[in-house]
Amino acid sequence: MSDVAVRMENVYKKFRKGEIYNTLRDLIPALTGKMFQQQELSASDKREFWALQDISFEVKRGEAFAIIGPNGAGKSTMLKLLSRVMKPTRGSFYLPGKCSALIELGAGFHQDLTGRENIYLYGTILGMTKREIATKFDDIVDFSGLAEFIDTPIKRYSSGMYTRLGFAVASHVNPDVLLVDEVLSVGDALFQRQCIEYMQTIIQNGATVLFVSHNLRTVAEFCPRTLLIDHGREVTTGPTAKAINEYKSRLQEHRLADQSRPVVITGVEVRDDNGPCHRFQTGQKAWIDIEALAHQACSKIAVVIAVLDENHDELFATSTERLRHGSVSLKSGEVLRCTFEIDLGLGPGIYYLSVFLFRYDSDHRFDNWQVTESILVWSADDTTGPVNLFPKVVRHEVCGSGVTQNRLNPLVRSRS
Amino acid sequence: MKDSLIELYQYRELLYMLAYRDIKVRYKQSIMGFLWAILMPILIIMAGIVVRYAYALASGKPLESADIIEVAVKSVPWAFVVSSVRFGCNSLVNNSNLVTKIYFPKEVFPLAAALASLFDFAVASSALLIVLVAIRVHWSVQLLWVPALLLIMVVLASGFGMMVSAASLFFRDVKYLVEVLLTFGIFFTPVFYSVSMLGNKGRWLLLNPVAPILEGLSACIAHQQSPNLPWIGYSLSFAIAVFIGGYLFFKHLEPAFAESI
Repeated sequence: MSDVAVRMENVYKKFRKGEIYNTLRDLIPALTGKMFQQQELSASDKREFWALQDISFEVKRGEAFAIIGPNGAGKSTMLKLLSRVMKPTRGSFYLPGKCSALIELGAGFHQDLTGRENIYLYGTILGMTKREIATKFDDIVDFSGLAEFIDTPIKRYSSGMYTRLGFAVASHVNPDVLLVDEVLSVGDALFQRQCIEYMQTIIQNGATVLFVSHNLRTVAEFCPRTLLIDHGREVTTGPTAKAINEYKSRLQEHRLADQSRPVVITGVEVRDDNGPCHRFQTGQKAWIDIEALAHQACSKIAVVIAVLDENHDELFATSTERLRHGSVSLKSGEVLRCTFEIDLGLGPGIYYLSVFLFRYDSDHRFDNWQVTESILVWSADDTTGPVNLFPKVVRHEVCGSGVTQNRLNPLVRSRS
Repeated sequence: MKDSLIELYQYRELLYMLAYRDIKVRYKQSIMGFLWAILMPILIIMAGIVVRYAYALASGKPLESADIIEVAVKSVPWAFVVSSVRFGCNSLVNNSNLVTKIYFPKEVFPLAAALASLFDFAVASSALLIVLVAIRVHWSVQLLWVPALLLIMVVLASGFGMMVSAASLFFRDVKYLVEVLLTFGIFFTPVFYSVSMLGNKGRWLLLNPVAPILEGLSACIAHQQSPNLPWIGYSLSFAIAVFIGGYLFFKHLEPAFAESI
């Protein structure tokens, strides 16, 4: 086998928009229409669109390669082609090895069967033999951590258990090429760590990993090389950092061009007193500059900021309105600039910042912006948890025997 | 075609697993369990006996035990044909999440449906066999034909299953058409009656590829005669043609499944 794991050459994929003739009653008039009227034919041509156009790339064995792009760029079509569920309309596609996909974990599960039966069912769907599953069965169960529920029908499982079982099976396939989708965005922190560890071992063992995602942080961490697609076309292939920058500027263009939103956020910058910054000491002041542009006249716009933790759970949120600065109304073409000052009383860790424009009385969200770079907070003190309560040890001594209990703290009077 | 057959062979365990799933799911949480596999054939046999009784009254000939055996040995296989084509027809649409997400040869779905129906058939025919032994049916060397006849039937039914499952994915009409054909097919197939009852014109009914098989089964089991070989040959070639044609048709359409479902 050559050292090429995946190769696409000038691949095109065409789809038809709208309803395909799903009953004979629709088909017959359509066919007769085609026969007699040239008009009809060109109308059907207009409904076709190209999901992918002229895509070429090559991935070497053992390489981790990412495909990124905004929503609707053709990422899911790409996944369907790579997992061979669909065939390209034109062009050649070469993937000689055994390919496995971490997509839609547990798609083959049946609700009425037990965990054990589903391991066998899903395993064979993913191309393992029964014997292979039997030898790996204990590992799979251990990995899923569901040993006590293994003979329970999976309709009684929670969605987290469901995903864990699916991942446990899928990660025991030993593929030559692994396709990874947005699976990392579901599941709890433990699950995500398991996923990442699994991908690291897969890469170390010499398998090829194809990452189709818009989780830029994971992409940057894993993949040295990235293909950026937009509107079904290749924008750039090359070093991940370069592709990510290109992607961000594209996102910005998309956002500005998006006339469907009456008002859009055009920029968010986090800085300290020296300029743009993403690394802060705990307790330090940070400023968040926000700029928004109105495409149409809009009223009662409040600017909301939220601090999220590593798992994107909200820790803190506030807004111009909550801070008694009210909301503003914009005319078409007007720009809103707003700066928040915050004290980062956060514990050491990784945080995200999210900004949105909100109208409180109608509960309407105009636009939101997730700052892609994480904010790193460091602290000289070793603490855990999302907040920093700025602890100090003011007394730390060993006392002799005979200390009475109500003299535990001489500074506070006994309550009793 | 050779490559896709090799691939199908590699995925044979998936075929068994899917059939196992279908059987298991069908009988899970039902009190009667496997008795359901016998219930439908019993109902068909009882309907057949009523029809035969009415015929006997009208013609003045008494109803013989051989007639009842004949109805029984035809009804059970007919129930298999109906269930395997019906389940096969819906197999792709019912598994649409797998069809659109994971790659494997999709013909395992209609084939697994046929296999699951074959299991039901095995349960029902074991029950029938016990009854036949209990009432001391005469056995003859002609019984050796039975496995061959059943094989033709399975090939035919799974060929039809592949054909209609692929077609119904593109046109939901096919499903309704198949339902109607399966419901009324019993009148155009010699299940309750035998072709000889219709005299010379009965021959036309043998063009239905299932008819010679059922007639053959009743000849071997109920009447200790050899089946009508030319017509069995016709059924056999029909079954092979349907199976190969159905397979090629299925494989031809398969690449478009994911985007059309």
